[in-house]
Amino acid sequence: MSGKMQIKLKVNGEDHEFSAEPRELLVHALRERLNLTGSHVGCETGHCGVCTVTLNGKSIKSCTMFVAQADGAELTTVEGMGSPDNLHVLQEAFREHHGLQCGYCTPGMIMRAAKLLEEIPNPTEEQVRFGMAGNLCRCTGYQNIVKSIMAAASEMNSAKEAAQ
Amino acid sequence: MIPAAFDYYRPNDLDGVISLLQEHGDDARVIAGGHSLIPLMKLRMAEVPHLIDLQSIEELTGIENGARIRIGAMTTQADIIDNASLASSAPILKEASLQIADPQVRYMGTVGGNVANGDPGNDMPGLMQCLDATFILRGPNGGREVKARDFYHAAYMTEREDDEVMVAVTFDAPKGGYAYEKQKRKIGDYATAAAAVIISKDGSKCKEASIAMTNLSDTPVFCGAASDCLIGTSVSAEDIKNAVNSMIDAIDPAEDNRGPVEFKKHAAAVVLSRAIERAWQRA
Ligand SMILES: Cc1cc2nc3c(=O)[nH]c(=O)nc-3n(C[C@H](O)[C@H](O)[C@H](O)COP(=O)(O)OP(=O)(O)OC[C@H]3O[C@@H](n4cnc5c(N)ncnc54)[C@H](O)[C@@H]3O)c2cc1C
Ligand code: FES
Ligand code: FES
Repeated sequence: MSGKMQIKLKVNGEDHEFSAEPRELLVHALRERLNLTGSHVGCETGHCGVCTVTLNGKSIKSCTMFVAQADGAELTTVEGMGSPDNLHVLQEAFREHHGLQCGYCTPGMIMRAAKLLEEIPNPTEEQVRFGMAGNLCRCTGYQNIVKSIMAAASEMNSAKEAAQ
Repeated sequence: MIPAAFDYYRPNDLDGVISLLQEHGDDARVIAGGHSLIPLMKLRMAEVPHLIDLQSIEELTGIENGARIRIGAMTTQADIIDNASLASSAPILKEASLQIADPQVRYMGTVGGNVANGDPGNDMPGLMQCLDATFILRGPNGGREVKARDFYHAAYMTEREDDEVMVAVTFDAPKGGYAYEKQKRKIGDYATAAAAVIISKDGSKCKEASIAMTNLSDTPVFCGAASDCLIGTSVSAEDIKNAVNSMIDAIDPAEDNRGPVEFKKHAAAVVLSRAIERAWQRA
Protein backbone atom coordinates (compact mmCIF):
# COMPACT_ATOMS: atom_id res chain seq x y z
CA MET A 1 0.00 0.00 0.00
CA SER A 2 0.98 3.57 0.79
CA GLY A 3 2.98 5.21 -1.94
CA LYS A 4 5.55 7.91 -2.01
CA MET A 5 4.92 11.61 -1.75
CA GLN A 6 6.69 14.63 -3.10
CA ILE A 7 8.68 16.41 -0.36
CA LYS A 8 10.06 19.94 -0.45
CA LEU A 9 12.64 21.08 2.09
CA LYS A 10 14.77 24.19 2.31
CA VAL A 11 17.98 23.16 4.02
CA ASN A 12 20.76 25.63 4.82
CA GLY A 13 19.23 28.03 2.30
CA GLU A 14 19.04 25.51 -0.52
CA ASP A 15 15.80 24.12 -1.96
CA HIS A 16 15.45 20.38 -2.30
CA GLU A 17 12.67 18.30 -3.76
CA PHE A 18 12.46 14.53 -3.76
CA SER A 19 9.98 11.72 -3.51
CA ALA A 20 9.91 9.60 -0.37
CA GLU A 21 7.67 7.40 1.70
CA PRO A 22 6.01 9.54 4.38
CA ARG A 23 7.31 7.21 7.11
CA GLU A 24 10.96 7.98 6.32
CA LEU A 25 12.55 9.71 9.31
CA LEU A 26 13.75 13.24 8.71
CA VAL A 27 17.27 12.38 9.90
CA HIS A 28 17.53 9.61 7.29
CA ALA A 29 16.33 11.92 4.54
CA LEU A 30 18.95 14.49 5.51
CA ARG A 31 21.75 11.96 5.69
CA GLU A 32 20.94 9.61 2.86
CA ARG A 33 19.15 11.76 0.29
CA LEU A 34 20.79 15.12 0.81
CA ASN A 35 24.14 13.67 1.90
CA LEU A 36 24.15 15.92 4.98
CA THR A 37 25.75 13.38 7.30
CA GLY A 38 26.58 15.87 10.05
CA SER A 39 23.31 15.09 11.83
CA HIS A 40 24.02 11.78 13.53
CA VAL A 41 21.83 8.91 14.68
CA GLY A 42 22.43 7.70 18.23
CA CYS A 43 19.51 6.40 20.24
CA GLU A 44 16.85 6.93 17.57
CA THR A 45 14.35 7.32 20.42
CA GLY A 46 14.44 11.05 21.09
CA HIS A 47 16.75 10.89 24.08
CA CYS A 48 20.33 11.63 23.05
CA GLY A 49 20.02 14.72 20.84
CA VAL A 50 22.78 13.91 18.30
CA CYS A 51 20.21 14.35 15.51
CA THR A 52 19.25 17.90 16.62
CA VAL A 53 18.55 20.37 13.80
CA THR A 54 16.69 23.68 13.61
CA LEU A 55 13.31 23.42 11.89
CA ASN A 56 11.22 26.57 11.36
CA GLY A 57 13.10 28.21 14.23
CA LYS A 58 12.79 25.35 16.74
CA SER A 59 15.45 22.91 17.95
CA ILE A 60 14.07 19.47 17.21
CA LYS A 61 15.26 15.88 17.18
CA SER A 62 15.16 14.78 13.56
CA CYS A 63 14.93 11.09 14.49
CA THR A 64 11.49 11.73 15.95
CA MET A 65 9.89 13.38 12.94
CA PHE A 66 8.62 11.83 9.74
CA VAL A 67 9.87 13.47 6.58
CA ALA A 68 6.20 14.08 5.65
CA GLN A 69 5.74 16.31 8.71
CA ALA A 70 8.73 18.40 7.60
CA ASP A 71 7.38 18.92 4.07
CA GLY A 72 7.55 22.66 3.31
CA ALA A 73 9.85 23.43 6.25
CA GLU A 74 13.05 25.44 6.50
CA LEU A 75 15.94 23.72 8.22
CA THR A 76 19.43 24.43 9.40
CA THR A 77 21.81 21.55 9.99
CA VAL A 78 25.36 21.65 11.30
CA GLU A 79 26.58 21.93 7.69
CA GLY A 80 24.90 25.35 7.62
CA MET A 81 26.85 26.63 10.62
CA GLY A 82 30.42 26.98 9.39
CA SER A 83 33.02 25.36 7.19
CA PRO A 84 36.41 23.84 8.08
CA ASP A 85 38.24 27.05 7.19
CA ASN A 86 35.56 29.35 8.48
CA LEU A 87 34.26 27.88 11.71
CA HIS A 88 31.17 29.23 13.46
CA VAL A 89 31.93 30.94 16.79
CA LEU A 90 30.48 27.93 18.63
CA GLN A 91 32.56 25.47 16.63
CA GLU A 92 35.69 27.52 17.29
CA ALA A 93 34.85 27.64 21.01
CA PHE A 94 34.34 23.86 21.16
CA ARG A 95 37.76 23.40 19.53
CA GLU A 96 39.46 25.93 21.77
CA HIS A 97 37.97 24.63 25.03
CA HIS A 98 38.05 20.89 24.26
CA GLY A 99 34.25 20.70 24.11
CA LEU A 100 34.57 17.40 22.26
CA GLN A 101 36.48 14.17 22.40
CA CYS A 102 35.11 11.54 19.98
CA GLY A 103 32.88 14.19 18.38
CA TYR A 104 29.83 12.02 17.93
CA CYS A 105 27.56 14.28 19.98
CA THR A 106 29.09 17.52 18.69
CA PRO A 107 26.80 18.33 15.73
CA GLY A 108 23.77 18.03 18.00
CA MET A 109 25.51 20.05 20.71
CA ILE A 110 26.36 22.83 18.26
CA MET A 111 22.84 22.98 16.84
CA ARG A 112 21.14 23.01 20.24
CA ALA A 113 23.65 25.50 21.67
CA ALA A 114 23.11 27.86 18.72
CA LYS A 115 19.38 27.93 19.40
CA LEU A 116 19.92 28.19 23.15
CA LEU A 117 22.03 31.33 22.65
CA GLU A 118 19.20 32.81 20.59
CA GLU A 119 16.74 32.03 23.37
CA ILE A 120 19.08 33.30 26.10
CA PRO A 121 21.95 35.37 24.69
CA ASN A 122 23.63 35.79 28.04
CA PRO A 123 23.04 32.55 29.94
CA THR A 124 24.27 31.51 33.35
CA GLU A 125 26.09 28.20 33.62
CA GLU A 126 22.94 26.69 35.15
CA GLN A 127 20.84 27.90 32.21
CA VAL A 128 23.33 26.33 29.81
CA ARG A 129 23.12 23.00 31.62
CA PHE A 130 19.31 23.09 31.70
CA GLY A 131 19.08 24.25 28.10
CA MET A 132 21.41 21.47 26.91
CA ALA A 133 19.69 18.75 28.95
CA GLY A 134 18.37 17.02 25.81
CA ASN A 135 21.88 16.31 24.51
CA LEU A 136 23.96 13.47 25.88
CA CYS A 137 27.73 13.14 25.70
CA ARG A 138 29.48 9.92 26.65
CA CYS A 139 33.03 11.36 26.62
CA THR A 140 33.57 14.82 28.01
CA GLY A 141 31.67 14.82 31.29
CA TYR A 142 30.01 18.02 30.01
CA GLN A 143 32.30 20.43 31.87
CA ASN A 144 34.13 21.55 28.73
CA ILE A 145 30.95 21.66 26.68
CA VAL A 146 29.49 24.14 29.17
CA LYS A 147 32.74 26.11 29.11
CA SER A 148 32.70 26.22 25.31
CA ILE A 149 29.14 27.50 25.18
CA MET A 150 29.80 30.14 27.85
CA ALA A 151 32.88 31.27 25.90
CA ALA A 152 30.94 31.41 22.62
CA ALA A 153 28.20 33.45 24.33
CA SER A 154 30.62 36.08 25.56
CA GLU A 155 32.39 36.13 22.18
CA MET A 156 29.06 36.67 20.39
CA ASN A 157 27.99 39.34 22.88
CA SER A 158 31.20 41.32 22.56
CA ALA A 159 30.98 41.09 18.75
CA LYS A 160 27.43 42.49 19.03
CA GLU A 161 28.58 45.31 21.32
CA ALA A 162 31.44 46.18 19.01
CA ALA A 163 29.01 46.39 16.11
CA GLN A 164 26.80 48.90 17.96
CA MET B 1 13.30 1.31 13.91
CA ILE B 2 11.14 1.92 10.88
CA PRO B 3 7.37 2.04 11.41
CA ALA B 4 4.86 0.34 9.14
CA ALA B 5 3.93 2.30 6.01
CA PHE B 6 1.10 4.80 6.11
CA ASP B 7 -0.72 7.37 4.03
CA TYR B 8 -0.17 10.91 5.21
CA TYR B 9 -2.72 13.73 5.25
CA ARG B 10 -2.38 17.36 6.30
CA PRO B 11 -5.88 18.88 6.23
CA ASN B 12 -6.40 22.62 6.73
CA ASP B 13 -9.49 22.50 8.91
CA LEU B 14 -11.15 20.39 11.59
CA ASP B 15 -13.95 19.21 9.29
CA GLY B 16 -11.28 17.72 7.05
CA VAL B 17 -9.76 15.87 10.02
CA ILE B 18 -13.09 14.55 11.24
CA SER B 19 -14.20 13.31 7.82
CA LEU B 20 -10.89 11.43 7.43
CA LEU B 21 -11.36 9.91 10.89
CA GLN B 22 -14.87 8.81 9.95
CA GLU B 23 -13.78 7.42 6.60
CA HIS B 24 -10.93 5.30 8.00
CA GLY B 25 -12.22 4.47 11.48
CA ASP B 26 -9.76 2.48 13.56
CA ASP B 27 -7.14 2.70 10.81
CA ALA B 28 -6.70 6.45 11.21
CA ARG B 29 -5.08 8.52 13.94
CA VAL B 30 -4.15 12.15 14.32
CA ILE B 31 -0.57 13.21 14.97
CA ALA B 32 0.24 16.41 16.89
CA GLY B 33 3.89 16.69 18.02
CA GLY B 34 4.38 12.98 17.48
CA HIS B 35 6.63 12.60 20.51
CA SER B 36 4.46 9.91 22.06
CA LEU B 37 3.01 8.45 18.86
CA ILE B 38 6.16 8.17 16.73
CA PRO B 39 8.08 6.14 19.34
CA LEU B 40 5.10 3.75 19.54
CA MET B 41 4.91 3.49 15.75
CA LYS B 42 8.64 2.81 15.52
CA LEU B 43 8.28 -0.03 18.01
CA ARG B 44 5.25 -1.17 15.99
CA MET B 45 3.18 -1.00 19.14
CA ALA B 46 0.92 1.30 17.13
CA GLU B 47 0.10 0.72 13.49
CA VAL B 48 -1.55 3.66 11.78
CA PRO B 49 -2.36 3.12 8.10
CA HIS B 50 -3.77 6.66 7.82
CA LEU B 51 -1.90 9.39 9.66
CA ILE B 52 -3.58 12.80 9.90
CA ASP B 53 -1.26 15.68 10.76
CA LEU B 54 -2.86 18.52 12.78
CA GLN B 55 -0.07 21.06 12.19
CA SER B 56 -2.00 23.27 9.73
CA ILE B 57 -5.21 23.64 11.71
CA GLU B 58 -5.62 27.18 12.92
CA GLU B 59 -8.58 26.34 15.20
CA LEU B 60 -6.33 24.23 17.42
CA THR B 61 -3.80 26.97 18.18
CA GLY B 62 -3.70 29.94 20.51
CA ILE B 63 -3.77 30.78 24.19
CA GLU B 64 -6.62 32.95 25.50
CA ASN B 65 -5.95 34.42 28.89
CA GLY B 66 -8.46 35.90 31.32
CA ALA B 67 -10.68 34.75 34.17
CA ARG B 68 -11.31 31.65 32.05
CA ILE B 69 -8.17 30.38 30.31
CA ARG B 70 -8.33 28.46 27.02
CA ILE B 71 -5.35 26.68 25.52
CA GLY B 72 -5.60 25.29 22.00
CA ALA B 73 -4.70 21.61 21.64
CA MET B 74 -1.70 22.30 19.37
CA THR B 75 -0.04 24.63 21.89
CA THR B 76 3.39 23.20 22.68
CA GLN B 77 5.06 22.99 26.06
CA ALA B 78 7.56 25.57 24.74
CA ASP B 79 4.67 27.93 23.83
CA ILE B 80 3.39 27.65 27.41
CA ILE B 81 6.80 28.37 28.91
CA ASP B 82 7.28 31.41 26.65
CA ASN B 83 3.84 32.93 27.28
CA ALA B 84 4.47 35.64 29.88
CA SER B 85 0.82 36.45 30.56
CA LEU B 86 -0.01 32.77 31.13
CA ALA B 87 3.02 32.47 33.38
CA SER B 88 1.53 35.19 35.58
CA SER B 89 -2.12 34.05 35.53
CA ALA B 90 -1.48 30.28 35.83
CA PRO B 91 2.17 29.81 36.79
CA ILE B 92 1.71 26.13 37.64
CA LEU B 93 1.56 25.40 33.89
CA LYS B 94 5.02 26.79 33.32
CA GLU B 95 6.40 25.10 36.42
CA ALA B 96 5.06 21.73 35.22
CA SER B 97 6.05 22.23 31.57
CA LEU B 98 9.66 22.92 32.54
CA GLN B 99 9.72 19.49 34.17
CA ILE B 100 8.56 17.69 31.03
CA ALA B 101 11.30 16.09 28.93
CA ASP B 102 13.97 18.41 27.47
CA PRO B 103 14.05 21.56 25.32
CA GLN B 104 13.81 19.79 21.94
CA VAL B 105 10.90 17.61 23.06
CA ARG B 106 9.13 20.64 24.55
CA TYR B 107 9.30 22.39 21.16
CA MET B 108 7.21 19.54 19.71
CA GLY B 109 5.04 18.06 22.48
CA THR B 110 1.54 19.58 22.60
CA VAL B 111 -1.04 20.02 25.34
CA GLY B 112 -3.66 18.20 23.25
CA GLY B 113 -1.37 15.24 22.61
CA ASN B 114 -0.30 15.09 26.22
CA VAL B 115 -3.84 15.02 27.60
CA ALA B 116 -5.37 12.86 24.81
CA ASN B 117 -2.61 10.24 24.86
CA GLY B 118 -3.83 8.48 28.03
CA ASP B 119 -0.34 7.41 29.13
CA PRO B 120 -0.31 7.51 32.96
CA GLY B 121 3.24 8.91 32.74
CA ASN B 122 2.14 12.14 31.05
CA ASP B 123 2.26 15.15 33.37
CA MET B 124 -0.53 17.32 31.94
CA PRO B 125 -3.50 15.06 32.78
CA GLY B 126 -2.89 15.24 36.55
CA LEU B 127 -2.24 18.94 36.25
CA MET B 128 -5.54 19.41 34.40
CA GLN B 129 -7.38 17.44 37.10
CA CYS B 130 -5.82 19.65 39.75
CA LEU B 131 -7.02 22.73 37.83
CA ASP B 132 -10.46 21.11 37.37
CA ALA B 133 -10.07 21.74 33.65
CA THR B 134 -12.60 20.94 30.95
CA PHE B 135 -11.60 19.31 27.67
CA ILE B 136 -13.34 20.50 24.52
CA LEU B 137 -13.83 17.73 21.95
CA ARG B 138 -15.19 17.91 18.43
CA GLY B 139 -16.62 14.98 16.50
CA PRO B 140 -18.97 14.26 13.61
CA ASN B 141 -21.95 15.33 15.74
CA GLY B 142 -20.43 18.58 16.91
CA GLY B 143 -18.68 19.60 20.07
CA ARG B 144 -18.89 18.40 23.64
CA GLU B 145 -17.14 19.08 26.91
CA VAL B 146 -15.69 16.54 29.33
CA LYS B 147 -14.20 17.25 32.74
CA ALA B 148 -10.54 16.23 33.07
CA ARG B 149 -11.57 14.46 36.27
CA ASP B 150 -13.97 12.23 34.27
CA PHE B 151 -11.82 11.71 31.18
CA TYR B 152 -9.43 8.89 32.10
CA HIS B 153 -10.68 5.29 32.40
CA ALA B 154 -7.47 3.21 32.23
CA ALA B 155 -4.07 3.37 30.53
CA TYR B 156 -4.67 4.62 26.98
CA MET B 157 -8.45 4.34 27.53
CA THR B 158 -10.17 7.69 27.68
CA GLU B 159 -13.60 9.20 27.24
CA ARG B 160 -12.62 10.41 23.74
CA GLU B 161 -14.21 8.52 20.83
CA ASP B 162 -11.97 7.48 17.93
CA ASP B 163 -13.54 10.06 15.61
CA GLU B 164 -13.24 12.96 18.06
CA VAL B 165 -10.51 15.58 18.13
CA MET B 166 -9.30 17.36 21.25
CA VAL B 167 -9.77 21.06 20.42
CA ALA B 168 -8.73 22.86 23.59
CA VAL B 169 -8.50 22.72 27.36
CA THR B 170 -10.18 25.41 29.49
CA PHE B 171 -10.06 26.21 33.19
CA ASP B 172 -10.60 29.09 35.61
CA ALA B 173 -7.45 31.05 36.36
CA PRO B 174 -6.25 29.39 39.57
CA LYS B 175 -6.19 31.41 42.80
CA GLY B 176 -3.65 31.21 45.57
CA GLY B 177 -0.47 29.18 45.80
CA TYR B 178 0.61 26.35 43.52
CA ALA B 179 3.31 23.75 43.06
CA TYR B 180 4.18 21.01 40.60
CA GLU B 181 6.68 18.64 42.20
CA LYS B 182 8.10 15.73 40.23
CA GLN B 183 10.53 12.99 41.15
CA LYS B 184 12.26 11.41 38.13
CA ARG B 185 15.38 9.37 37.57
CA LYS B 186 16.88 11.84 35.11
CA ILE B 187 15.91 14.66 32.75
CA GLY B 188 13.78 13.24 29.95
CA ASP B 189 12.26 10.58 32.19
CA TYR B 190 8.64 10.22 33.12
CA ALA B 191 7.72 10.70 36.78
CA THR B 192 8.44 8.13 39.44
CA ALA B 193 5.86 10.23 41.28
CA ALA B 194 4.53 13.74 40.73
CA ALA B 195 2.10 15.99 42.57
CA ALA B 196 0.10 19.02 41.41
CA VAL B 197 -1.20 21.21 44.23
CA ILE B 198 -3.21 24.44 44.34
CA ILE B 199 -4.14 26.06 47.66
CA SER B 200 -5.93 29.29 48.45
CA LYS B 201 -5.91 31.06 51.79
CA ASP B 202 -8.49 32.88 53.89
CA GLY B 203 -6.62 34.71 56.63
CA SER B 204 -4.35 32.09 58.12
CA LYS B 205 -6.54 29.14 57.12
CA CYS B 206 -6.68 27.10 53.97
CA LYS B 207 -9.80 28.00 52.00
CA GLU B 208 -9.61 25.69 49.01
CA ALA B 209 -7.19 22.94 48.06
CA SER B 210 -6.80 20.69 45.05
CA ILE B 211 -4.39 17.76 44.76
CA ALA B 212 -3.73 15.39 41.83
CA MET B 213 -1.01 12.77 41.41
CA THR B 214 0.80 11.46 38.30
CA ASN B 215 2.10 8.00 37.34
CA LEU B 216 0.89 6.35 40.52
CA SER B 217 -1.99 4.41 38.99
CA ASP B 218 -3.14 3.55 35.46
CA THR B 219 -4.80 6.97 35.32
CA PRO B 220 -4.02 10.31 36.94
CA VAL B 221 -5.44 10.42 40.47
CA PHE B 222 -7.44 13.42 41.67
CA CYS B 223 -7.36 13.19 45.47
CA GLY B 224 -10.57 14.84 46.68
CA ALA B 225 -10.37 13.42 50.19
CA ALA B 226 -6.73 14.46 50.58
CA SER B 227 -7.64 17.98 49.41
CA ASP B 228 -10.43 18.08 52.01
CA CYS B 229 -7.90 17.20 54.75
CA LEU B 230 -6.33 20.63 54.24
CA ILE B 231 -9.43 22.82 53.97
CA GLY B 232 -10.08 24.91 57.07
CA THR B 233 -6.72 23.97 58.61
CA SER B 234 -3.60 26.05 59.09
CA VAL B 235 -1.67 23.48 56.99
CA SER B 236 0.53 22.35 59.85
CA ALA B 237 2.91 19.41 59.59
CA GLU B 238 0.13 17.28 61.08
CA ASP B 239 -2.42 18.46 58.49
CA ILE B 240 0.04 17.73 55.67
CA LYS B 241 0.59 14.25 57.07
CA ASN B 242 -3.16 13.63 57.08
CA ALA B 243 -3.44 14.74 53.46
CA VAL B 244 -0.48 12.54 52.48
CA ASN B 245 -1.98 9.50 54.20
CA SER B 246 -5.26 10.07 52.45
CA MET B 247 -3.45 10.37 49.09
CA ILE B 248 -1.62 7.07 49.72
CA ASP B 249 -5.00 5.35 50.07
CA ALA B 250 -6.12 6.78 46.74
CA ILE B 251 -3.14 5.78 44.57
CA ASP B 252 -2.40 2.32 43.22
CA PRO B 253 1.17 2.23 41.88
CA ALA B 254 2.57 -0.83 40.09
CA GLU B 255 6.09 -2.18 40.35
CA ASP B 256 8.23 -1.42 37.28
CA ASN B 257 11.73 -0.23 36.38
CA ARG B 258 11.16 2.91 38.45
CA GLY B 259 10.90 0.80 41.60
CA PRO B 260 8.73 -1.41 43.78
CA VAL B 261 5.34 -0.36 45.11
CA GLU B 262 6.62 0.63 48.57
CA PHE B 263 9.27 2.90 47.07
CA LYS B 264 6.72 4.59 44.84
CA LYS B 265 4.45 5.24 47.80
CA HIS B 266 7.41 6.72 49.62
CA ALA B 267 8.26 8.95 46.63
CA ALA B 268 4.60 9.96 46.33
CA ALA B 269 4.53 11.01 49.99
CA VAL B 270 7.72 13.05 49.60
CA VAL B 271 6.61 14.89 46.45
CA LEU B 272 3.18 15.66 47.87
CA SER B 273 4.55 17.01 51.17
CA ARG B 274 6.97 19.23 49.29
CA ALA B 275 4.29 20.41 46.89
CA ILE B 276 1.86 21.29 49.70
CA GLU B 277 4.57 23.16 51.60
CA ARG B 278 5.60 25.15 48.55
CA ALA B 279 2.03 25.89 47.48
CA TRP B 280 1.14 27.03 51.00
CA GLN B 281 4.15 29.34 51.15
CA ARG B 282 3.04 30.89 47.88
CA ALA B 283 -0.66 31.13 48.87
C1 LIG C 1 12.43 11.70 25.39
C2 LIG C 1 11.02 12.05 25.76
C3 LIG C 1 10.71 12.37 27.07
C4 LIG C 1 9.42 12.70 27.45
N1 LIG C 1 9.16 13.03 28.75
C5 LIG C 1 7.90 13.37 29.12
C6 LIG C 1 7.58 13.72 30.45
O1 LIG C 1 8.44 13.72 31.34
N2 LIG C 1 6.30 14.05 30.75
C7 LIG C 1 5.31 14.06 29.81
O2 LIG C 1 4.19 14.39 30.13
N3 LIG C 1 5.58 13.74 28.54
C8 LIG C 1 6.84 13.40 28.17
N4 LIG C 1 7.11 13.08 26.87
C9 LIG C 1 5.99 13.07 25.93
C10 LIG C 1 5.81 14.42 25.27
O3 LIG C 1 5.49 15.42 26.19
C11 LIG C 1 4.74 14.21 24.22
O4 LIG C 1 5.00 15.10 23.25
C12 LIG C 1 3.30 14.33 24.65
O5 LIG C 1 2.98 13.38 25.60
C13 LIG C 1 2.32 14.06 23.54
O6 LIG C 1 2.20 15.17 22.80
P1 LIG C 1 2.40 15.12 21.23
O7 LIG C 1 1.92 16.42 20.71
O8 LIG C 1 3.77 14.73 20.91
O9 LIG C 1 1.34 13.98 20.82
P2 LIG C 1 1.40 12.85 19.71
O10 LIG C 1 2.51 11.92 19.96
O11 LIG C 1 1.29 13.45 18.36
O12 LIG C 1 0.01 12.12 20.04
C14 LIG C 1 -0.16 11.33 21.21
C15 LIG C 1 -1.52 10.65 21.15
O13 LIG C 1 -2.57 11.60 21.29
C16 LIG C 1 -3.39 11.65 20.14
N5 LIG C 1 -3.66 13.07 19.87
C17 LIG C 1 -2.72 14.06 19.73
N6 LIG C 1 -3.33 15.25 19.56
C18 LIG C 1 -4.66 15.00 19.58
C19 LIG C 1 -5.81 15.83 19.44
N7 LIG C 1 -5.72 17.16 19.28
N8 LIG C 1 -7.01 15.24 19.51
C20 LIG C 1 -7.14 13.89 19.69
N9 LIG C 1 -6.09 13.07 19.83
C21 LIG C 1 -4.87 13.62 19.78
C22 LIG C 1 -2.60 10.95 19.03
O14 LIG C 1 -3.43 10.35 18.08
C23 LIG C 1 -1.80 9.94 19.81
O15 LIG C 1 -2.56 8.81 20.07
C24 LIG C 1 8.39 12.73 26.47
C25 LIG C 1 8.69 12.40 25.14
C26 LIG C 1 9.98 12.05 24.78
C27 LIG C 1 10.27 11.69 23.35
S1 FES D 1 19.15 9.93 17.59
FE1 FES D 1 17.65 11.44 17.79
S2 FES D 1 17.61 11.84 19.90
FE2 FES D 1 19.03 10.20 19.74
S1 FES E 1 32.48 13.83 22.54
FE1 FES E 1 32.10 11.71 22.44
S2 FES E 1 29.98 11.63 22.87
FE2 FES E 1 30.44 13.69 23.23
